[in-house]
Parts: sequence; C-alpha cells; structure tokens
Amino acid sequence: MSSVRRALMLTAGALLLAACSPSAPAGSPAGAQPAGSITELDYYADEQGSAAWQKILDTCAAQTGVKIERQKVPTSQMLPKVLQGASSKTLPDLLFTDNPTLQQVAATGALTPLSDYGITTDGYYESIVKAGTYQGKVYGVAPGVNGLALIYNKDLLAAAGVQPPKTWDELKAAAAKLTKDGKYGLAFSAIPSEEGTWQFLPFFWSNGAELSQVDSEPAVKALQYVTDLVNSGSASKSVVTWNQNDVADQFVAGNAAMMVNGSWNLARLDEQQALHYGVVPIPVPEAGAKPVVALGGEVGAVPVTSGPTQQAAGKVLSCVLSEPTMLEWSKAHAYIPSKTATAAKFGAEQPAMQAFVDEVGTARSRTAELGEKYPKVSQALADALQVALTGKLPADQALKAAQQASGS
Amino acid sequence: MTLVAPAVTASPRAGRKPRRENRFAAWLFLLPALAYVVVFFGYPLAANVVMSTQDYTVKSFYTGEAPFVGLANYAAVFGNPLFSTAVLNTVLFTAGSLVFQFGIGLALAVFFSGRFLGSALLRSLLLLPWLLPLVVSGAIWRWMFDQDHGVLNAALRLVGFDAVPWLSSTGWALPAVILTNIWIGIPFNLVILHGGLRAIPASLYEAAALDGAGAWQRFRHLTWPLLRPVTGIVLMLGLVYTIKVFDVIMVVTGGGPANATQTLTTWSYRLSFGDFAFGQGAAVGNVLILVATLFGLLYLRSAKATLAEAAA
Repeated sequence: MSSVRRALMLTAGALLLAACSPSAPAGSPAGAQPAGSITELDYYADEQGSAAWQKILDTCAAQTGVKIERQKVPTSQMLPKVLQGASSKTLPDLLFTDNPTLQQVAATGALTPLSDYGITTDGYYESIVKAGTYQGKVYGVAPGVNGLALIYNKDLLAAAGVQPPKTWDELKAAAAKLTKDGKYGLAFSAIPSEEGTWQFLPFFWSNGAELSQVDSEPAVKALQYVTDLVNSGSASKSVVTWNQNDVADQFVAGNAAMMVNGSWNLARLDEQQALHYGVVPIPVPEAGAKPVVALGGEVGAVPVTSGPTQQAAGKVLSCVLSEPTMLEWSKAHAYIPSKTATAAKFGAEQPAMQAFVDEVGTARSRTAELGEKYPKVSQALADALQVALTGKLPADQALKAAQQASGS
Repeated sequence: MTLVAPAVTASPRAGRKPRRENRFAAWLFLLPALAYVVVFFGYPLAANVVMSTQDYTVKSFYTGEAPFVGLANYAAVFGNPLFSTAVLNTVLFTAGSLVFQFGIGLALAVFFSGRFLGSALLRSLLLLPWLLPLVVSGAIWRWMFDQDHGVLNAALRLVGFDAVPWLSSTGWALPAVILTNIWIGIPFNLVILHGGLRAIPASLYEAAALDGAGAWQRFRHLTWPLLRPVTGIVLMLGLVYTIKVFDVIMVVTGGGPANATQTLTTWSYRLSFGDFAFGQGAAVGNVLILVATLFGLLYLRSAKATLAEAAA
C-alpha cells in the first residue's frame, strides 16, 4: 500500500501548490514564542521512521530542557511548506530536510549558519559537510546519512550459481542469468523525478561523469549500460514507473533477484522470514574502482526566527548530532552515522550495514558542484533516463537534449 | 451536483419593473457571495497573473522580491519543446475522456431508465468510482496496469493476447490514463443524465409508441432533443473538470514515461516544484485558465441561445 501513501503525498503537495501564493497573509512572527519551546519540522512520515525520530526528539528535549513541538509532513510537501513558511515568516525553529533541498532553502536567506550555535563539522564525512555548505558557510548537518547498494536474494543467487556481482560486466552477466521463470535479474527505479536521478547517479558518477556536463562520453556510456539492462530483458521495462518502494515490493515478492535500493528498506526486508538477502556495494565499471553513490539523508538547519528560539533550536540540534543520539538514530532507522569514527564503530556492530558504510566514504553530495542549479539538472537527467529507457532516443541524443535543457 | 433543472422556461413576471429598494436588497444578498469570490478566486487569480510576469524564485518567497520580467515567462513556456507536447496531451486527454465518459454514461442512463429488478442497486454500485478519492483510484489502476503482474495483462494473456506495456511505453501511457479517467467520470455523467431522463414525461413515450416509433426512433426524436439542456451542462462541467485533472495523472504516471502523459497541469506543477521556475509555472496555469474560460463563455452563449429558443 506504499504506493497509495505516496499518492496521498503527491496530492497533498498539489494542494499546497495552491496554498503557496506569493503574498500569503503574513502570520504572527515566530519570535513570539518563549525560548523554552521550539517548533520542529521533518518528513519522517512513515510509521517506523516517525516513531524512531520521535524517540530522538524526546531524548534531546529531556537533555536540553527545551520543549519540542513537532510537525511532520510528507516528503513532497516539505519544500512547499518551507517556502510557504518563508513567505509568511512562520518558519519552524528547527528543520530537518533532504540534503539537496538545503541549497534552495539557504539561498532564500532564511537559514542561520550553524557556527552561531557552536556546532562544528570536525570529524564528519567531507561530502556531508559539503552538502550542508552554501556559499562557504555550513547551514545544515545530518545526524545520519544513507546511500544506495545492491541488495540480492541469497537463495535465488545460490540456485543459479551466481556470485554477488562486483563489476558492471559481472552485474550484466548475473542479471541475465537470473532472469527466468517470469523473474527479472535486476530491479531499480527510473521514475521521472529526483528519485530516478538519485538511482541513476551511482552508475553516472562511478563511470567518471560530472553533472556539469551530462552529455559527456562517460555519461553516455553509463546511460547506455542501464538502457542495455532493460533492452536485454534483464530488468523490467516497468522500471520507468517504479519508485523505490515499488522496487522493494518486487524484490520482496520474489519478482526480482537483485535490486538497487537504500538501507532504509532493510527493516522491511527483515520482516520477511523466508527472504534471505545480502548487501554489496553498487557494482563499478572496472574491477578495483570505487563506487560513487549520491549521498542521501536529512540535514538539520536552524531558520531565522528570533534570538532565544534560535539558540534553543541550536541546543537541540547539538544534542541530535551528539554521538549517542547519532548512533541510536542510525540503528533505529538503518542510517549511517555521519561522523567517520562513529560510522566505523557502527559498521563493526552492524555487519549488514557494512556495505553502506564503505560507500559513504566515497559518496558525493548532489549539490556540491551545482548548488541551487542542481534541481534543474536533476530533472533533465531523469528525463534523459526515461527517454532512453523507453527507446524514444538513443542514449547520446537523450543526454544531449538533457544538457541543452539544463544549460539554459 | 444535483442542480439539474432541465428546460428552464421564461419567467412569467418578466414585465414588472423592480423598485429601487428591491434592487438594493438584491445587492445586499449578493454581497457575501461576491466577497467570497473576490477573496478566494479573484485574489489568487490576480496573484497568479502577477507571478507569471515576475522572475519568481525560491528566494522570492522569503524576500518578497521578484523582478518584473514582462512576458519573458510566457516566451520561455511557448518556446519550450514540452509546450506542444503538453497541449496535445491535454487536448487528447480531455477529448478522449469526455467522449467516452459521456457516451457510456448516456448508454447506462438510458439502460437504467427502464425499470427492472436490481436497477436501483446496480445504479448505486456504479457510483462507486465517484465516491473513491482520486488518489486511491489512481493507485489501484496503476497497480492493475503493471506490465508483468497487473490484472489487466493477466486477463489479456488468458484470452490469448500479448501483454500490453500500459504504463511503460510512450504510446500506451496516455490511453491508459485516459481509460482511468473515463472510469472515474462515468458515474457523474450517468447520474446527471439519468436525472434528465426522469424529467421527460412518460406520456410522450406512450404517444410515440402508439405512433409506432421504435426504440431508436424514440431515442433519436424524443430523448436526445429533450435531453439537450442537460447534455450541455454535463459536457461543460465535464470539460472543466477534465481539463484541470492533476492527481489522476500524477498518481498513475507522474507525467511519464518520457513526458508521454505530461499535460498542462502536471507540467505547471513540474515547472514550479521541479525546476523552481515559479513564474513559468504560473504562466502555464494562466494559459489553462484562459482556455477553460473560453469554453465557459462558449457554453454561456449556447445556453442563452437554447433559452431563447425555448422561450420563442
């Protein structure tokens, strides 16, 4: 039923489209609140994630003595809600948003630098710091991150005598061999949105392509590779309509032997007693290369409200980012702690997560290179993916069109 | 949606002159409705028109500053290769939905106007698609359309056909979303047309039957002409509803694959919240409003003509 939930989010987003009129009536400035309590906004709307996050907030409320009034919205509603808050000066005091969104929000001038609250970025993965940095200042830091890996069905691979693939050639061969009896070798998402781009980026970046030039030769090769997987029948043509939840559904149902997906889905796989799965890093073009996945996860940021509430929000954020809460959150939600030392500790304790931990070291921030321009390029890249996978244009021409669309 | 009053005849007191205080009272009664329209329709509409002439970015939401760019957003939108795709898809989606919704709705309405066992029960069951939230219908259809495991293709295979790539091919995706929308729209047409049929006096049919008119002749010469005012309303409302459909397409295909189901509404959303080109998104929205208004005026004109005809 996850697709229903997703659908609901979309409509909610659409409704907000109407609500987001430029000059919405100005509400009361958020500064009226006593500093003893703050409002917090996040999009952990699913049951498990929401409960885990609530626990973290409760812990930090007890530790800092700040009362936290939590609001949660569906993912697609996050940015419209923030923009609405920005125009009516009713932003929350503390915000946890998807990291590529941070540039957009920071660009509005609605965020405060985290150095104001004594929050430093020492010991964090560099890519995470980059994702939260806008024009040289850090505006957002994540307590935990995620990425994509290759999740495989141990039973199906063993039955076919296939080893978990490490390179593109091995992945192609394994997917072909596993495709039989109405099952596909591989499943991934290629829907026409950021989600599709995010799933394609590990192939794009691992092959050495750059977002500043999406029609380069390595980019074309990466798109051609993914297109071949679909054209050869190793992956379903339906990937252009599957979001990541659908992909997980296909994997759980046994319709796909391998899938590209994120760590946050592992809890769902664990619920299936009969399903034995393994996780390896995303296969790379050549043996010995490092997989480069896009960095996912939510960054905490403190919007401009009033002095006392900002300080209170800063205190709470510091608590969320402290090692014990960071570890607790990562365990509860299958994220990777964003501090290198904490992540190492975590990986040693959670072997199933080791593949993800390994990848974070080489992961890239989606917005580091393009900043605010990222969404447009991402949209163009998702389009190119769809155009190539449906056979409307060959990979090179699809990307040429994307370069034109994103360059303007 | 039960405002079906077929064939309004001219008021018998048309000749009387309204007195001054009467007219004042009339305006007083109109005031709340007027205020509502100005606040909830007029203001957002004006804001949307203003926005379409501005370079409205994410930053503008916070600072309130959005430089005036004249018609640049419209130029950008019209110059975008997706514009013609979106317009064509909108036309196909609207026309395809309307023709079949209306045709099937009318056939069902005529069918149910005969009295038989279980007629009322069946009719209420047929209302189901209308009662479901659009996102739920959309999600269920998306699931049924699945190429490999969807129930539609399972049925097709059963009778010996090949599976159809409903949502994963650029050729089939638009027919698939139109099919979904037809299914959703049938009850509306059925209910209103059924109401219209009930208003036609049974004695006319008895007389026609006596004159030896067959079923087709009765439909052609009695039902169809007498149903005309209702037909006009159904088609007009259907047009306005269909042209602005957003959720069905968003849920079933998200505008894909490869923009094959991108309509003006989904494109407007995408420009605003995908590209953050809010000015361009507003421009597309205004184009849509203009088209809907145009059809609204056409309808008013034809309705006036019908009334004049009826009065004469």
